[in-house]
Amino acid sequence: MTDSKYFTTTKKGEIFELKAELNSDKKEKKKEAVKKVIASMTVGKDVSALFPDVVNCMQTDNLELKKLVYLYLMNYAKSQPDMAIMAVNTFVKDCEDPNPLIRALAVRTMGCIRVDKITEYLCEPLRKCLKDEDPYVRKTAAVCVAKLHDINAQLVEDQGFLDTLKDLISDSNPMVVANAVAALSEIAESHPSSNLLDLNPQSINKLLTALNECTEWGQIFILDCLANYMPKDDREAQSICERVTPRLSHANSAVVLSAVKVLMKFMEMLSKDLDYYGTLLKKLAPPLVTLLSAEPELQYVALRNINLIVQKRPEILKHEMKVFFVKYNDPIYVKLEKLDIMIRLASQANIAQVLAELKEYATEVDVDFVRKAVRAIGRCAIKVEQSAERCVSTLLDLIQTKVNYVVQEAIVVIKDIFRKYPNKYESVIATLCENLDSLDEPEARAAMIWIVGEYAERIDNADELLESFLEGFHDESTQVQLQLLTAIVKLFLKKPTETQELVQQVLSLATQDSDNPDLRDRGYIYWRLLSTDPVAAKEVVLAEKPLISEETDLIEPTLLDELICYIGTLASVYHKPPTAFVEGSRGIVHKSLPPRTGSSESAESPDAAPSGAPPSEQAAVIPTQGDLLGDLLNLDLGPPVSGPPVATSSVQMGAVDLLGGGLDSLLRSDVGGSPAMGGPGFTAPSAVMPANLGPPPSGGLGDLFDLAGGVGALSGSHVAPKTVWLPAMKAKGLEISGTFSRQVGAISMDLLLTNKALQVMSDFAIQFNRNSFGLAPAAPLQIHAPLAPNQTVEISLPLNTVGSVMKMDPLNNLQVAVKNNIDVFYFSTLYPLHILFVEDGKMERQMFLATWKDIPNENEAQFQIKDCPLSADAVSSKLQGSNIFTVAKRNVEGQDMLYQSLKLTNGIWVLAELRIQPGSPSFTLSLKCRAPEVSQYVYQAYETILKN
Amino acid sequence: MIGGLFIYNHKGEVLISRVYRDDIGRNAVDAFRVNVIHARQQVRSPVTNIARTSFFHVKRSNIWLAAVTKQNVNAAMVFEFLYKMCDVMTAYFGKISEENIKNNFVLIYELLDEILDFGYPQNSETGALKTFITQQGIKSQTKEEQSQITSQVTGQIGWRREGIKYRRNELFLDVLESVNLLMSPQGQVLSAHVSGRVVMKSYLSGMPECKFGMNDKIVIEKQGKGTADETGKSGKQSIAIDDCTFHQCVRLSKFDSERSISFIPPDGEFELMRYRTTKDIILPFRVIPLVREVGRTKLEVKVVIKSNFKPSLLAQKIEVRQNPMWFCALE
Repeated sequence: MTDSKYFTTTKKGEIFELKAELNSDKKEKKKEAVKKVIASMTVGKDVSALFPDVVNCMQTDNLELKKLVYLYLMNYAKSQPDMAIMAVNTFVKDCEDPNPLIRALAVRTMGCIRVDKITEYLCEPLRKCLKDEDPYVRKTAAVCVAKLHDINAQLVEDQGFLDTLKDLISDSNPMVVANAVAALSEIAESHPSSNLLDLNPQSINKLLTALNECTEWGQIFILDCLANYMPKDDREAQSICERVTPRLSHANSAVVLSAVKVLMKFMEMLSKDLDYYGTLLKKLAPPLVTLLSAEPELQYVALRNINLIVQKRPEILKHEMKVFFVKYNDPIYVKLEKLDIMIRLASQANIAQVLAELKEYATEVDVDFVRKAVRAIGRCAIKVEQSAERCVSTLLDLIQTKVNYVVQEAIVVIKDIFRKYPNKYESVIATLCENLDSLDEPEARAAMIWIVGEYAERIDNADELLESFLEGFHDESTQVQLQLLTAIVKLFLKKPTETQELVQQVLSLATQDSDNPDLRDRGYIYWRLLSTDPVAAKEVVLAEKPLISEETDLIEPTLLDELICYIGTLASVYHKPPTAFVEGSRGIVHKSLPPRTGSSESAESPDAAPSGAPPSEQAAVIPTQGDLLGDLLNLDLGPPVSGPPVATSSVQMGAVDLLGGGLDSLLRSDVGGSPAMGGPGFTAPSAVMPANLGPPPSGGLGDLFDLAGGVGALSGSHVAPKTVWLPAMKAKGLEISGTFSRQVGAISMDLLLTNKALQVMSDFAIQFNRNSFGLAPAAPLQIHAPLAPNQTVEISLPLNTVGSVMKMDPLNNLQVAVKNNIDVFYFSTLYPLHILFVEDGKMERQMFLATWKDIPNENEAQFQIKDCPLSADAVSSKLQGSNIFTVAKRNVEGQDMLYQSLKLTNGIWVLAELRIQPGSPSFTLSLKCRAPEVSQYVYQAYETILKN
Repeated sequence: MIGGLFIYNHKGEVLISRVYRDDIGRNAVDAFRVNVIHARQQVRSPVTNIARTSFFHVKRSNIWLAAVTKQNVNAAMVFEFLYKMCDVMTAYFGKISEENIKNNFVLIYELLDEILDFGYPQNSETGALKTFITQQGIKSQTKEEQSQITSQVTGQIGWRREGIKYRRNELFLDVLESVNLLMSPQGQVLSAHVSGRVVMKSYLSGMPECKFGMNDKIVIEKQGKGTADETGKSGKQSIAIDDCTFHQCVRLSKFDSERSISFIPPDGEFELMRYRTTKDIILPFRVIPLVREVGRTKLEVKVVIKSNFKPSLLAQKIEVRQNPMWFCALE
């Protein structure tokens, strides 16, 4: 019997014929007819008119026929809701059938019929099936709850199905557990707040047990669910990891990848000193390599994930370069991905091999692949300095091939090489100029023009070359136009005598004849700059450019962390968060890696801050004077106030280092920057324009505004209102209130002294105890006239930060002794950290990126700033007033991300990432600093500045 | 999860379409046809996103299998499932071809209903499926049989049914190795590895507990658990295996802790394990290509193959293939 004949019924009137056949008495004929109906349905014909006739066939003992009718029902019930009711009775009856296969079939199908009236009838059978004696029925019913939830979430909650589903996690049958987990995970996703899954060590243990017993698919459900769990400490994380690692040997790649996800995530919590950490790293490499022996489609998924893993933890695969060499018969999508990973893994040790491979690839046939290979050669040059020379000569060889797209691609990367190694390879410019005419792609043209402009003084006929481009100015793309404008201005500044006409021509083309606002604006800026102050113009336009960093296409750190939580899923294939491609509420839950154990304290919300630190503005009078007396008078003897217990020893070390004599080393390591940056001229002065003159068109413009913004910083940082530090009753009538301020680089303590006693006060003096940042009075307390009763004097005490250093708890605690003719009084106060933020705290973009990468993740702390309805720009300018500088601003999936830097008086840099969701008054603040202890106080400073 | 599954012929006509989720409409069927099968340029990724709908496809001869979803599904799982679907279909009706699919479309729908529920893959072991999804219509089953089926489908050992009996208990084992080699034009070996498969054919009665060992202990080189070869028959070193993966019947936790491969095998043929080694690979052949450009339109290629094994051994069915595209690149 061949069923293919059902696909070929195309005659007219067939619906009528089918109707007759469906109502036939003969069972065989009926079945044939239903098959025809299904075949028509498959190819897209509308057979909904047959609904009542097909439903009539439902009452049958023939399971095959029944399944076909059910299939039809699932397709058309929605369009014929009233008729669908006819089927309810059969469903309900089938749910009571002695055969478990039929019971399951009924409940499975019923869940797929999205008709409200049917759903009502579904509840009772479903309740029974969830408690059915047969596991097959239970596992089907578990999924059915998710189906029902998708149709009517309220109903599921009202009927208490969620609780029943939760109970199924403890079921004796592994498949029931797996399906219950899958269903709960899905339901939980659409209710991010409900604590549906309620994972705890006990339930995790059950899941891990079921993991060993269920099908490969069930293992995937369970592992994906485990990945959402947050272990309470590193020990629990390790024990879960130990039980998950055997899955790395599973034949099913999805099981392996899901296990990798769990391990990558929980690894965050393990201390790097742990032996187990090293073992785990070693165990991860072989399975990842094995994934590359899978079918090509899976290889593709694996490679996209490996790309993420290599960025997060390069050490895992650093020795496995060779497995990423492309094979001649790899599909193109695999080749392109392998190439990407090769570049990421390229290092001095393997560069020779990599380069030899890339050279081969550049002679392949696939244009995209060749282009990427050529670009990769350039990236190697930038990444591995030792190889630059060879890369450049390879690129020159390739240019000699005169293959159009190879030449263009090579020129684009050579421009980048010039940016990385200025004044080194300019001898190749002549060769490049020979190929000027063959360039037809905007990117290559723009790159060439940039090169000509940048090295105008060394190219004899630079003006001719640029002039030739200018002829077709209006036909060029914006990218080329902008580049041409800048290049000619550069040329003019270098050779003013011969090129005046040219520059006027381009300025008028850009400003008068162009509709493009970017181009026009840039034109005007140059014009005014040139006409008002040519010297300044030279300084701006020909400024020394910061070097480009080697990794140009790294995924932004927060996004990378989020994507690591999505290993194996579509998000990791697209390298985009789910919100970017999933509609509706699903997948909106933002996932993030667990914080490192070491920094768990600073990551807590401020309310739960250790040692219950009082709000910074409030002064606390120290009750027991005796103890402190010793501290203040014998400044050297005071034992440091013990800090909050710190979890790992490495952090403790850091703390001592920060506050003890290790300041210098900290300073040095910061200025020295990350070793990854390296290279000469790295410590460029911060006045250098931070952006590039390369392709991004808005670069120059932004720089100019940046400079303007810098001026505003002088106005001084936020000053809190004065509060009472020393009440009169504790100090024999002397009341001191005060606050701290910072103006144009000078810190001062603004005091208000009131005499509430009956006698005159005189002979005032002030002294500070050693403190965390070495704050000390820069001048004696100058109160010249004696203070009469009920008189108040306002005084500003200048402070410096060269005093002795001792770690205080809290870090910003300042103990002060004030003396007058009556007695010595002691009080302590907390100073806001932002008085210590120095004016030159703006880090260069490249350096920011490098430093951010360089600071280990365990030093990162995250905070929430609530109820602050400011826009990103307002926030940025407000913070800038207090010397928190915005290095870059980006918009990622609708959120504004501000990357900010600040420097403390003792040279500690703090890097911040502020995530602002438009419309939401809560911000997320991530702080990274080599001395993580300060994060908490920097956060307080943020909070204070933003809310005032 | 998977929102729908479509099978097309090479012309892009739908042969099978099964929708599991409400967010997938009929237009998804056409979207894939228009944007992938009929695309002017060959599609360069097995995952395509069209209007916020993601399509995963694999091709078997000239048949396209596409899974479609609107959610952030586990991509690796979807591909593994598609491969599995192909395996299951092959086990039921042989080669995946348009004719076979049309002839068995009722069966395929039945299978799709069983192995995917709401887009979640369920038990997909053919051994288990064949006990209750049959082409002969419904068999009348006794109550015991029914509960046996359901416990097998959902149970720990989903790949084997109980009560198998053979008069002669036999077990066949094939070790299939493929040597992969990448060589530079200068003849230098860039990388070489062996990927091996251990394929088993088991005809055993009952629920046999099997144990399998390679040189008694597998040495996972990277983990430093090396042990000396205990068989000592050939005097060779123990095998250094970089990594291995196992069929789901193997108890992985036991392998992880005790390095022993223990399992209850499925009935019939299956792939027990795969392994990969990179150490001490003795290449069976040496290939020496000599390429000479004779003229602008003429190229001379001479490939010398030398065997590296003993003269007493004989290699058969040797095939040399040349990628013609490679020559274009040389031009």
